[in-house]
Amino acid sequence: MPEQSRSVTFKNVSKVWPGGVKAVDEVSLEVAAGSFVALVGASGSGKSTLLKMVNRLIEPSEGAVLVGGEPVDTGPAPELRRRIGYVFQNVGLFPHMRVGENVAIGLRLAGGKDSAGRVTELLGLVELPADMATRMPDELSGGQRQRVGVARALATGPGILLMDEPFGALDPVTRDGLGKAIRALHDRMGLTTILVTHDMAEALLLADRVLVMEKGCIVADATPRDLLAGKGGAAADALVAVPRAQAHRLAELEP
Amino acid sequence: MSGALARVPELLAQHLLLALAALLLGLVIALPLAVLSARNRVVGRIALGFASLVQTIPSLALLALFYPILLSLSSLVGGGIPALGFLPSLLALSLYALLPILRNGVTGLATIDPAVIEAADGVGMTAAQKLWLVEAPLVLPVLMAGIRTAAVWTIGAATLSTTVGQPSLGDLIFAGLQTQNWSLVLTGCIAAACLALAVDGLLGLAEYGIARRRRMLAWASLGTLLVAVAVALVPALPSSRGTITVGAKGFSEQYILARLIGHRLEAAGYKVRYREGLGSAVAFSALAGGDVDVYVDYSGTIWTNEMRRDDVPPRDAIVAGVAKWARDKHRVTLLGSLGFENAYAFAMRGDDARKRGITSIADLAPVAGSLSLATDVEFLERPEWAAVKKAYGLSFKSAHPYQPTFMYRALASGTADVIPAFSSDGRIAADKLAVLADPKGAIPGYDAILLLAPKRADDVRFQAALRPLIGAIPVERMREANYMVDRDSNKSSPDEAARWLERGLAR
Repeated sequence: MPEQSRSVTFKNVSKVWPGGVKAVDEVSLEVAAGSFVALVGASGSGKSTLLKMVNRLIEPSEGAVLVGGEPVDTGPAPELRRRIGYVFQNVGLFPHMRVGENVAIGLRLAGGKDSAGRVTELLGLVELPADMATRMPDELSGGQRQRVGVARALATGPGILLMDEPFGALDPVTRDGLGKAIRALHDRMGLTTILVTHDMAEALLLADRVLVMEKGCIVADATPRDLLAGKGGAAADALVAVPRAQAHRLAELEP
Repeated sequence: MSGALARVPELLAQHLLLALAALLLGLVIALPLAVLSARNRVVGRIALGFASLVQTIPSLALLALFYPILLSLSSLVGGGIPALGFLPSLLALSLYALLPILRNGVTGLATIDPAVIEAADGVGMTAAQKLWLVEAPLVLPVLMAGIRTAAVWTIGAATLSTTVGQPSLGDLIFAGLQTQNWSLVLTGCIAAACLALAVDGLLGLAEYGIARRRRMLAWASLGTLLVAVAVALVPALPSSRGTITVGAKGFSEQYILARLIGHRLEAAGYKVRYREGLGSAVAFSALAGGDVDVYVDYSGTIWTNEMRRDDVPPRDAIVAGVAKWARDKHRVTLLGSLGFENAYAFAMRGDDARKRGITSIADLAPVAGSLSLATDVEFLERPEWAAVKKAYGLSFKSAHPYQPTFMYRALASGTADVIPAFSSDGRIAADKLAVLADPKGAIPGYDAILLLAPKRADDVRFQAALRPLIGAIPVERMREANYMVDRDSNKSSPDEAARWLERGLAR
């Protein structure tokens, strides 16, 4: 995929739910191709809503979302979504399909035929053995399921990966391992990745750029290093303070 | 009995075809409706509400209701829609099949994990792909349970299609109930139950196959069902064209006469089938519409019920009037009277009548105030009763309706003193009853008349085969034939009684 087609642009984007709740309030933002951006904020800050407007799971009330400089609503939504990988907390593996069929679903929708080799390759990318392809989703652990979810999202070779709290339901060890794996994939495949998380430590460790959202607005936009240096403003400092304090206490405990 | 058993395969085939056709039509309607209902709450509420409402209508009434609906629909479009037989049965049973399929479909769609739907959208499925690749396979197990329920209901309710002139295993049950032949009733019930169990079992096997991802098993069981349908279709298709349909209402005399007619037609080289247990109101329309080729009705019944006349001319005039009306209004041919009457005839216990010196209804009038009347279920509502009451000034101490069999028992046991018996009933002689004369002619004549469908109006060979029956059955012989079937012990089948009547004809 050409470089510029992987950028994501928000132009004065707002989302008002029926009933008047403003989830996203006139956000303008440019996500450069190849960057790893984390969207951090409390529940209800509008970060998931903002993310889902990229692949049109949610349509904006106002403003425009562009992918590669083109408005996302120029073509049919399913076509757009096939070019964008999407991973979310509940994974949503199709329970009636084997793991292999789940991973290959995007290829099947695109009309691809012989996908066995590609499935093995994709399972390898997320560090799962090839023989897992014949298992049913309910035989898998939570971490394995999310790895399959990531493999499914990457099957069609999308340039953009959207992740909505992908590690939310996982234990800390699994979470750490999967986070590292995704960062590695991002680097290797040259993806543009947007990660929604409420965990500031995760954002600081994985992303190149961290955005903090509050009440539908972006209140901080900085690199992890700048955030830790206190250059992100008050709201960001409050969020950064928690993992920083934890890190210090852990360091003190160390013999 | 063996004659009844011989009909089981044919009726089983008809029953299976009707029930599965209804199930299929139900599916065709319910599946898109279920998808729409899951997408749109208003549609869902209306569809489920309607389907539930249909369930509350007793199935017998639902079948009967389609008769007037189709009849008026047919007259709206200028005829051509059959109001009897397969079509009304199919429509009523399909409506019946709707609810379980619809409800399970909607429930199944509503209980799919929202995350799975989000994932389906996320990977870029179109609405159609989502339905086919994700929703349909996930709903299938729940849906199959609904389809199985619908199949069992439909097969059970299909026994009632007999009443609107569609052959089914109900023919055996209704005929058995009327002639009190319990082995016939049991045969019909067991056959219907076995059919329901077999279809349910096959669908269950298909369901298991789908759930366990064993496609071969699913296809094999559905294939077996298809083969059964094909086998059931084989006799129905080619032979039905040249086949004569003989109709009969739901009591012994009618069953016997239908066999008598059928045997004569078979002897003349026709292939014959029977539509028995037709409702009294349905039979004439079935004949006029060509669903039935020939049956026996009673002049007074047509006179009062179809022609809505309340005057009572002599017997001959009624028969002539019915013949003219039937020909002019419905192109139905009245071939002639069989020679006996099955009228309402007031009867008393013979010894009681002698003791009181009563020989006619006129003698009855002065003492009626101290006597009890037992009637059949409909007599007290019929115009004949109103006419008799008016003509003779009758007023009984009490009047209670009974099932016909119990009406005779009530008289025999002394619970009642007078009954409106059926003049051709064998029990009049067997119970030694005295039939009272009707000197004022208040009760119309009920001559048994042979009626032919419009398409048989010019069929010389057909009419020649039946003409020997005209005027050939005296009331005594009909009574005896009826009694052979109605008596409590050493019962004959209607078929055997018909053969006995035939032997009398030959002499």
